[in-house]
Amino acid sequence: MTSFRQIALVLLVLIGAPVAAALAQEASGVPLPAVPKAVKPAPDANHEQLMRSNHMSLLKHKRDLTVHEGDRTPQYSLNECVTCHAVTGGDGKAVTVADPQHFCRACHDYVAVKIDCFECHASRPGDEDKAAGLAAPGESAVAALSDYLQEVEQ
Amino acid sequence: MSCGTNRDCGCATSASPGVDAGRRAFLKSGAAFATVALTPTVTLMAFGAGDAAAQGAQERLNPAARWGLLIDVSKCGDGCNECVTACRKENGWEDTGHPATDAQWIRKVTLTDPKSGASRELPVMCQHCDEPPCVDVCPTGASFKRADGIVLVDKHRCIGCRYCMMACPYKARSFIHEALIDQKPHAPRGKGTVESCTLCVHRIDSGRNPACVESCNATGGGAMMFGDLNDPESAIAKRVAELASTQLRDDLGLDPGVHYVNL
Repeated sequence: MTSFRQIALVLLVLIGAPVAAALAQEASGVPLPAVPKAVKPAPDANHEQLMRSNHMSLLKHKRDLTVHEGDRTPQYSLNECVTCHAVTGGDGKAVTVADPQHFCRACHDYVAVKIDCFECHASRPGDEDKAAGLAAPGESAVAALSDYLQEVEQ
Repeated sequence: MSCGTNRDCGCATSASPGVDAGRRAFLKSGAAFATVALTPTVTLMAFGAGDAAAQGAQERLNPAARWGLLIDVSKCGDGCNECVTACRKENGWEDTGHPATDAQWIRKVTLTDPKSGASRELPVMCQHCDEPPCVDVCPTGASFKRADGIVLVDKHRCIGCRYCMMACPYKARSFIHEALIDQKPHAPRGKGTVESCTLCVHRIDSGRNPACVESCNATGGGAMMFGDLNDPESAIAKRVAELASTQLRDDLGLDPGVHYVNL
């Protein structure tokens, strides 16, 4: 009986030790990716968890719908990702994927997963999206004014 | 007729409607799936034709359409390059200083009759053939014709073999040799893939005219007209029916979607 108890105790220690160690590591400040905040509020409450687990499948599904079926709705479109998650760099413009601050790179660098999307796709909002996508709340009046001026020019 | 020889035979929808209608409905319902997060790492994907599927159907392309262009060569101005400039600006292709290999989605071509000396200028771009040879030769299925007649390259599938460039009698396609940055968000382009005129598919999907047509009518000679060749009520279909229009190299039997008049 005692030998059984001893074995059980040893097993418990063996199994428990790595778990305890992992928790300790997390608590002791292993660097986690610093994910930049989105420019716009999330489209729904579930957005963050859904995208963390499924963004690759959703984007791949959407890309085929867009190219072959002409579905250009904003949901799960890469342009929408890039617009809402634009990070403003030192020069006041959105950074490209060449900059380590880029939203996608924050996690992809951390897990060492290479992404090919931006070899063809724009990694920051285009000129026409900038006014809408990048304006901070305080700048909305300026953006509205510049929109108006553009309209007048046209 | 077998599916292997003709990609547009429509076998999936026309043959044995009993079986395929059900499969099609299932696939359509699958296009709009709902995903529910049970815990942060476990998600439940529910398939079913809901409101989203019904809405999605309206947001897709119109399979009954056949988009095309009608170009009146007599109105195409000498030296006018508005359509080319507009296309460049819209889709972000430009000179990189290598004229032999630079992308060319649309170009102005001058035809001269060697005997009389009479000459004509006309824009030539992808002719969006009904029987596109580029689609026939593509080994990966990257080169394809959309249901509404627009011939495109799915760059996710393109391996850059350039068979389509050799197959195209209009030399409409080009290959991207160098890495690019800051592409237009609506016109992804990248090294190692083939590209050509998309008829501004992103604009068509949102109900606008292609950039070349818009600029030709605004600041050019007003030579270009865009519309649905299949819709007998559309302005372009009426003009094509009324005028003796020509298709480039119509002897090849490719039935291009781009028609020319006064050529």
